Parts: sequence; C-alpha cells; structure tokens
Amino acid sequence: MSQQVLKHPGLNLGPAHGKDDRAAENMMFGFWVFLMSDAILFGMVFATYVTSVHATAGGPGPHALYDLKSAFIETLLLLASSFTFGMASLALKYKHGKPRLIGWMVLTLVLGMVFLGFELHDFSSMFAKGGVPSRSGFLSAFFDLVPLHGLHVAAGCIWLICLVGQILRYGLDTATKLGIMRLALFWHFLDIIWIAIFSVVYLTGLT
Amino acid sequence: MSEQAHTADETTERRQEERREFHSYVWGVGLALLLTAVPFALVHWTPGISRLSLLIVIGVFALVQMLVHFRFFLHIGFKQKREDLHLILFSALLLTIMVAGTVWIMASLATRMVLPAQP
Repeated sequence: MSQQVLKHPGLNLGPAHGKDDRAAENMMFGFWVFLMSDAILFGMVFATYVTSVHATAGGPGPHALYDLKSAFIETLLLLASSFTFGMASLALKYKHGKPRLIGWMVLTLVLGMVFLGFELHDFSSMFAKGGVPSRSGFLSAFFDLVPLHGLHVAAGCIWLICLVGQILRYGLDTATKLGIMRLALFWHFLDIIWIAIFSVVYLTGLT
Repeated sequence: MSEQAHTADETTERRQEERREFHSYVWGVGLALLLTAVPFALVHWTPGISRLSLLIVIGVFALVQMLVHFRFFLHIGFKQKREDLHLILFSALLLTIMVAGTVWIMASLATRMVLPAQP
C-alpha cells in the first residue's frame, strides 16, 4: 500500500542497497536528461521522414518495400527483450544472484541481436528491390530514421556485453549496478522509439 | 557492504513489493501486446474503414502504448521525487511544436510548389 516516492525513472533499488541507492539518484536523472534530448533528435528525424514520404521520385514506395510480417516480428522481439530486461532489473534489485541476473541479460542480448538480424534482412531485401538510400528522398529519409534506431540497439547490445564483463570482473559494485540501471532506461526508451517507428513508418506506410 | 539483518516484517514487505513489481512488468507486456496486435491486425486485414480513421486508430494506439511503457517499464508515476515527469512533458511539448511545425510548413510549401501535394 505505502508506495514510496520514486527517486528516479526506472526500477529504484530501494534502501536495502544502501549507498548504491543513494548514488543512483543524480546519475539516473542525468541519464534521463540525455534520453530526452535523444528523443528530440529522433523527433526531428521523424519529421524529416514524414515530410519526404511522398518524394519517391518514381522509385519504389512503401507498399513495394515494407514487409508487415517482419515489422510485427521485430516488434514482438523488442517487447520480449524489454520484459527480459525488466526481469534482470528485478534480479538485481532483489539480489537473486549473479547467474540469474546474467542469464536474463544474455537472453535480452540474444533478443536484441535477433532483432538486428531481422532488421538487416529487411534492409537487404529492400536493396534487392531497388530501395537503396540514394534512389529517392523518401528512401534517404527512411535509411536515416530506421537504421538510427538500429544503431542505438546495436550500441545497447555492446553496452550489455560490457556490463556482463563488468559483473564477472568486478562483481556487483556501485558502478556496475548503476550501469545496469542506466542501460535498462536506454533499452526501454528504445522500445518506445520503436512504437513510433512501426506506427509512423510501417503501419502508416502500408495503409 | 555489511548486510543488515532483516526482521521478518521487512522480508515479507520486500516480497510483496517484488510481487507487485513483477506484476507491473507482466501487465505492461500484456497491454503492449494488445495495443500492438490491434493496429497490425487492422492494417493486415484492412476491413472496410477509411484510411483517415485507420490512421487515427494507429496514432491513438501508439500514444496509449507509449504511456503504458512509461508507466509499467520505466515506472514513471505522479509521485516522482525529481522532475522526471515534467521533463517528459516538456520534451513532448518541444517535440509537438517542432515536428508539427515542420510537417505543417513543409506540407504547405509542397502544395504551393509544383511538388506532389501532401495528403
């Protein structure tokens, strides 16, 4: 019933983690400010895409290039990876032990990499149909927006690998815990960006 | 890292908190699945509804799903110690002004030029 006031976005470690919990507040707020500025960047790239969606210059358009089934699978993969990262956050907060924490993180990593695999496969089938970035303004804008998100996911995967290494090397010290918590924010944030991508790019393009 | 001895009360309280937070993630995934599946199904089977109403449905579902993610995955609530929610709202305001402004100006420009008109 008595829900405590949340100190920062994401899962709060709580008083049981002592100084790690106290150190989290500033760090997480700073990272949250970065995420919001990243959201502005994405927003402007979305605006670029929307304004150039009709500029196909006689080249292939959304109907010829997009694959709804693939976009749906990618959505499910990212959603599942958000859930597994949530489980990793719970394992960290409630001290379920390193093996379970690393297990959830590795599962998240696998889902993220399968997502990237599907996305690369999408791009290569678009290339095969003549949908290369230099073909039209529409395709330039598409390959500005969607791979930008993919690049973020790839960065998240590398960060995830580094954190698993950090856990194995240094154990769950303050820096490692805060790293996991910040990556959790980043990962869930990317899932929110993906909602905008599948809605604005894929669903709207295929209506 | 001295582990303090928990009293039995604290342990049960913590276990309840864990259950609640676990359920928060499960609810988040369930709602997100529903909010994803409906617009995808509508676009896939395209029943006899106009493109405009389909676009409105997609937009509304996307916004609601974003709120679900913020609430259940990022744990943003109204009882935040710092201005996290304000920061989201301010960023959303900036995004709305800049994105809507860009789209409006460029669409208006397109209709005034020979370029193909925006819908």
